[in-house]
Amino acid sequence: MIPVLLIVIPLITGLATFFVNNGRGAKMWSLLASIITLAVAAVALFTDSAEQLTCDAAWLPALGAKFSLSMDGMSKMLCLLTAVAFPLVFGATYKNTYNKPGSFYALMLLMQAGLMGVFVSSDALLFYFFWELALIPAYFLCSTWGGEKRIQVTFKFFIYTFVGSLLLLVGILYIHFKTPDASFALQSFYHVKLTAAQQYFVFWLFFIAFAIKMPIFPFHTWQPDTYEQSPTAVTMILSGVMVKMGLYGVIRWVLPIFPAAVLKFDQLIIVLSVIGMLYASLIAIRQDDIKRLIAYSSIAHIGLMCAAIFSSQQIGMQGVMIQMFNHGINVIGLWIVADAIEQQLGTRKFSELGGLAQRAPGLATLLVVMILANIALPLTNAFTGEFLMFNGLFRYSIWMAFIAGISIILAAVYSLNMVQKIFYGRTMPATEYANDASSNIKFVLALLVIVILVLGVYPQPVINLTQDSVQAVLAK
Amino acid sequence: MNAIIVSAVWGVIMMFCSFLVKNRGSYRHIAAFGLLTLLVANILNVKGILLFDIDDHNMLHFSNFGLYFNSIAIFSTLVYVLLTGKEMEKYGKYAAEYFTLIFFVLCGVSVLSAYNNMLMLFIGIEILSIPLYILTGSDKKNLKSNEAALKYFLMGAFSTGLMLMGIALMYGGTGSFQLEIVRAAGKANGTVLSFLEVTGLLFLFVSMAFKVSAAPFHFWTPDVYDGAPTVFTSFMATVVKAAGFIAFIKLCEVRMVETGLDIDKTFGVNWQLLFAILIIATLLVGNITAVFQQSVKRMLAYSSIAQAGFMLFALFSLNDLAKEGILVYSVAYSLATIGIFAVLVKMKDFTFEGFNGLAKKQPVLAAACTIFLLSLAGIPLTAGFFAKYYMLASVIKTGSYTWLVIIAVLFAAVSVYYYFRVIQAMYFKDGEASTEEITPSFKTGLVLLSALIILVGVMPSLVLNYFYF
Repeated sequence: MIPVLLIVIPLITGLATFFVNNGRGAKMWSLLASIITLAVAAVALFTDSAEQLTCDAAWLPALGAKFSLSMDGMSKMLCLLTAVAFPLVFGATYKNTYNKPGSFYALMLLMQAGLMGVFVSSDALLFYFFWELALIPAYFLCSTWGGEKRIQVTFKFFIYTFVGSLLLLVGILYIHFKTPDASFALQSFYHVKLTAAQQYFVFWLFFIAFAIKMPIFPFHTWQPDTYEQSPTAVTMILSGVMVKMGLYGVIRWVLPIFPAAVLKFDQLIIVLSVIGMLYASLIAIRQDDIKRLIAYSSIAHIGLMCAAIFSSQQIGMQGVMIQMFNHGINVIGLWIVADAIEQQLGTRKFSELGGLAQRAPGLATLLVVMILANIALPLTNAFTGEFLMFNGLFRYSIWMAFIAGISIILAAVYSLNMVQKIFYGRTMPATEYANDASSNIKFVLALLVIVILVLGVYPQPVINLTQDSVQAVLAK
Repeated sequence: MNAIIVSAVWGVIMMFCSFLVKNRGSYRHIAAFGLLTLLVANILNVKGILLFDIDDHNMLHFSNFGLYFNSIAIFSTLVYVLLTGKEMEKYGKYAAEYFTLIFFVLCGVSVLSAYNNMLMLFIGIEILSIPLYILTGSDKKNLKSNEAALKYFLMGAFSTGLMLMGIALMYGGTGSFQLEIVRAAGKANGTVLSFLEVTGLLFLFVSMAFKVSAAPFHFWTPDVYDGAPTVFTSFMATVVKAAGFIAFIKLCEVRMVETGLDIDKTFGVNWQLLFAILIIATLLVGNITAVFQQSVKRMLAYSSIAQAGFMLFALFSLNDLAKEGILVYSVAYSLATIGIFAVLVKMKDFTFEGFNGLAKKQPVLAAACTIFLLSLAGIPLTAGFFAKYYMLASVIKTGSYTWLVIIAVLFAAVSVYYYFRVIQAMYFKDGEASTEEITPSFKTGLVLLSALIILVGVMPSLVLNYFYF
């Protein structure tokens, strides 16, 4: 019942929002809808009854596909992240105005429905449906409300991910015909018997789709442009929640179905991830644009998570679970600050900013906490996650952990450099008459800072929540 | 049998209407009514109620598969007439004759979906094609329309000639035109076929490839589709093309599946490899050329070649999924293409720039158009997804040739490029898209059609349950 509500509430409210022409009405309505979803997701956390957490209905009996949903700890955690992200985004961008607001908020809510569906589906064809349902609203959002080069950039993003999803579809069909009962159910997929050669082949069909979504080097080229050109509210969702689709896909589908292939290719993928981390961190140092810097820093973080997943250590996997949630929170916080600066000053370039801390002390304080979380300082939430992930990677290979560790230093370099250039130093013409951020932004950021500190000191709830998923995955 | 007779009778009735009924506007209403009765007559046939009992000497065999296809073809034509019937009245003096010709085409379709004898195949193809040559040239004052008609006629005559030669050679090899005797001859001889039969089959193969515009026999398609009046292009690209595939699949089935022999070695020719090459060539030519078009109409012509490439998968894999799949593909592809052409007819400028800013001026038109294009591209939640799904699944089910599927999905991604160019023009670019007058009833029709496409995309079982045979 709960997973159905998580999908249906945003879906129905989203479709209704298409017919709201009044900007204020659309904002209020979608904020309300997202808060209701959040309440349902919160209820899910405290529910253990299987009846409430699953749904099994007939959908396409002829094809062997069912409308079956279920939630375990990992699903609950990611649904919570999705449910938390939308009200935060709506709240932080409450003052932004959009052309055709009804359509904007409608597409946002549809995207939420798609994301929720991805995290709760336990039927491969249904999973594929939601996977696409999350993508198509994103395409229209970025292309309609994005920056100057939005059309080409978003198109590249769309084609890239679409190729990935088609390969995923081929992979799903391939496994489907190998299952004894010709079904798409997750459990049948887990029990399918594949030879090693078949695994090596189909593994890549699945993995490329997820790698494009994450993105993992060398499939990352769509990401910085798309993050830069999208309207910031959408970028927050793309980087905060949508990249988790790729990680989730790997943990839920790739690891249990292709154990032999994972053992064969883990080294290659970890090396690619680590290359991506260093490469993205080095590029981030040279950026002059807040949005691009955050985009590259995000690639580096995702790279670490992917490497930790493939190191197949329990402790690393636990770190990934924590970090999926924390990265979502932190990166949304960073984007909110970037958006606040851009909305007020009309520029995102470091070279045109400076001394903002004198004008906007509140914003500066909150950003510094965000940045410290981004470089995983102890007492912030990211520290626990990164520590566990490095621990896992260290057990897999000392050298890999060592090389990946360099990226921590690089992260400190580019992050602190950004803070210094934007907030300290001399005021520039653009920042001369700046005001502090408006109260709704400060309120949202303050909430995020509380989450960061609480989870930094006491991460046990997230660990407990996802314990069952970690063990289930590693048991395979 | 019902559909063949009723469609021919309605063709004659429409002919008389052209001088008995003076009001031009009422022709399409009469035709729509005729199509409705035709649909009912065909459904009665499915239920086993025959309105006519004629001894066909086993030259026709009415299987459920063929009859379901008839229903699809008649239903698509009905949608087509309701949406765009008004446009047909613009060309020439005698609008009723166009409806006459359309009924005769449907008669040909019904013969093709039921033939059991190669002579009936030939007759069906001819009944189908000759009205189309006339429809293509119906815009008499337009040089391009005339050129297209002549080109279509010459190419059509050429491929029909090849088909006749093929049939004659097959007759020489097996001594019969009946499909089951041809099949039995294959079984008796074991795995080796005579030279005459192999040559005959190859000729038939090439001529059918002409009819469904598979590369490298596709050269007539873009010129004919582009030159013909847009309303008639819509009909040619949908119902007629799908009928060609039904005829083709019946022909392939005879020799490959029901003989129960190893397909690869049946004729000393590797037919599957032949089809694989045909598929790759068709996908390559259709998709890559469509990318470079400046006119939406011409883009759709090439995209129809690309779609044919996907439909060829049904002939390649020839299993139960393929037969269901070709029916689902016919529904999905026909409805979406009829819809997109209905919008195209209303546009004053057929180039991509002509669509700039359509979403602002005609939001309903643009939204419907988007759904049609998404369906053609095969995006989930639209009917087009299940069409492609079935085609890919039918090949993967055979257990080999997964590489062919991967090539196909890469081309499907290319197709997204040109379909989305139209969406980008409509929604994200500024411009003054000018259209003819749009009536509320036309808008309602488009909305209903897009709703149908989404319904089939979310719950295909509604349509599929009807198919199970």
